[in-house]
Amino acid sequence: MKGNRIGNFCWRLALPAVLIAAWYYATEIRPMLHPTLLPSPLAVLRMFWKLLWNGELFVHIGASLLRIFYANLAALALGVPLGLAMGLFRPVERLLDGLLSIFRPIPPLAWVPLSILWLGIGTTSVVFITFLAAFFAIVINTIAGARAVDRLHMRAALSLGASRRRIMTHVVLPTVASYVFTGLRIAIGVSWMSIVAAELIAASSGLGYMITYYREALRTDAIIVGMLTIGVIGLAMDLATRRIEQWLMPWRTGYHLA
Amino acid sequence: MTAAGAKISVQGVAKTFQSAAGDAVSALGEVDLDIAPGEFVSIVGPSGCGKSTLLNVLAGFEEPSQGEALMDGRPIRGPGPERGVVFQEYALFPWLTVAGNVAFGPASRGIAADEVAARVRHYVAMVKLDGSERKYPHELSGGMRQRCALARCIANDPDVLLMDEPLAALDALTRLSLQDELLRIWSEASRERPKTVLYITHAIDEAIYLSDRVVVMSERPGRIRRVIEVPFARPRAPEIRTDPRFHALTDEIWLLLRREP
Repeated sequence: MKGNRIGNFCWRLALPAVLIAAWYYATEIRPMLHPTLLPSPLAVLRMFWKLLWNGELFVHIGASLLRIFYANLAALALGVPLGLAMGLFRPVERLLDGLLSIFRPIPPLAWVPLSILWLGIGTTSVVFITFLAAFFAIVINTIAGARAVDRLHMRAALSLGASRRRIMTHVVLPTVASYVFTGLRIAIGVSWMSIVAAELIAASSGLGYMITYYREALRTDAIIVGMLTIGVIGLAMDLATRRIEQWLMPWRTGYHLA
Repeated sequence: MTAAGAKISVQGVAKTFQSAAGDAVSALGEVDLDIAPGEFVSIVGPSGCGKSTLLNVLAGFEEPSQGEALMDGRPIRGPGPERGVVFQEYALFPWLTVAGNVAFGPASRGIAADEVAARVRHYVAMVKLDGSERKYPHELSGGMRQRCALARCIANDPDVLLMDEPLAALDALTRLSLQDELLRIWSEASRERPKTVLYITHAIDEAIYLSDRVVVMSERPGRIRRVIEVPFARPRAPEIRTDPRFHALTDEIWLLLRREP
């Protein structure tokens, strides 16, 4: 089993390794492109080292992560109660569904101009745009969760003598919780994508800002450092949320472990 | 019509549904049935004959369109812990462990935590799931899930057990062994207080093997075609399956089910 796991790991790394080798060949051994168009992996690594040690990278990572945190916190605080109300009470759903359906297809980035006009350039603007991305993912999943309460679970709980209150806390809530978590995972993913884009335009810190900044300075190596950092952090966040989900809700992800 | 002292009394219960097209569909014709305390009664009938509807009425999940269902002489209004239900799909709470599921009923009724824990130990052992207390339902086989559902139901100490095709989703071998287990668990649980069982199935041999009486129903809208007494003494052993009377009964019920109304 363990050998299989290592083999699996090597298999996953095979393609990235080939890509890096080709990149190295095309830039260091037989340079084909101007370093401004494609710097060598060594140059990128040097730049990474420099940005790491002078602390610049941490400042930008920190700024982006903090905004993600605020945005998702706000999205949870607003999205879960709203989703519950819409999922459990028909009149609320009828009232709000039209509005939600119109705003949902608007990409968060289309809000950038308005957001800059209203909130200026800076953290508030970026958090607002990121919030929009996260909010819809959480609302939609919470609504689905509230509707997904199994009729058989309801009947079983009633015939075991559970009160309405206990059914709410012990049957409805666990069902909704797992959907909210799915929503949060999607929300973190989409907010990570939209935050970088928002920071390209509407911020003076963050990884997105860092990339624009070095584009203007024509430092392609720093741009690539920024891009790869985004990829690695995005991956780490997804793995972390999956871990937390397995820990909090072992009954959901257990299928893959078995 | 009603025998005095019946545990469950079904009096002229019928159920009609509103179809999507808007017209009334009769799912269950008029049914009268008395079940004595501690009796094990099975209902067999073709699919759609309303046997599950009858069980849902007794569980309090559905209201009859006509007639009345009584327990201990009092009309049934809604679900209650004195009538435990075992579902074909188990209906275990996937977010709770085996122990958590078994504890759900007693804890819902405000029983003290140490008493709940003692009950969990007792009933988990009774259904032979000891060692799996901390597993989640998805980690169990179908047979183990139904054992767990049975323990959850009995741990609540209901007077009446309503079972809706509890073994129908299991493979043939598991099913046979669980029939014996069911009888053992029922008699163990009945030691303190007799437990009355209404058992829905479409397997004729299962109905005969388990029950004191088998109620045979007609096609939709279901009515009782005949009630058959099962002559075998308890405790029952698998040998009665080869008894000629067992086959005669199976054939008799089979013919009743096949006959056009």
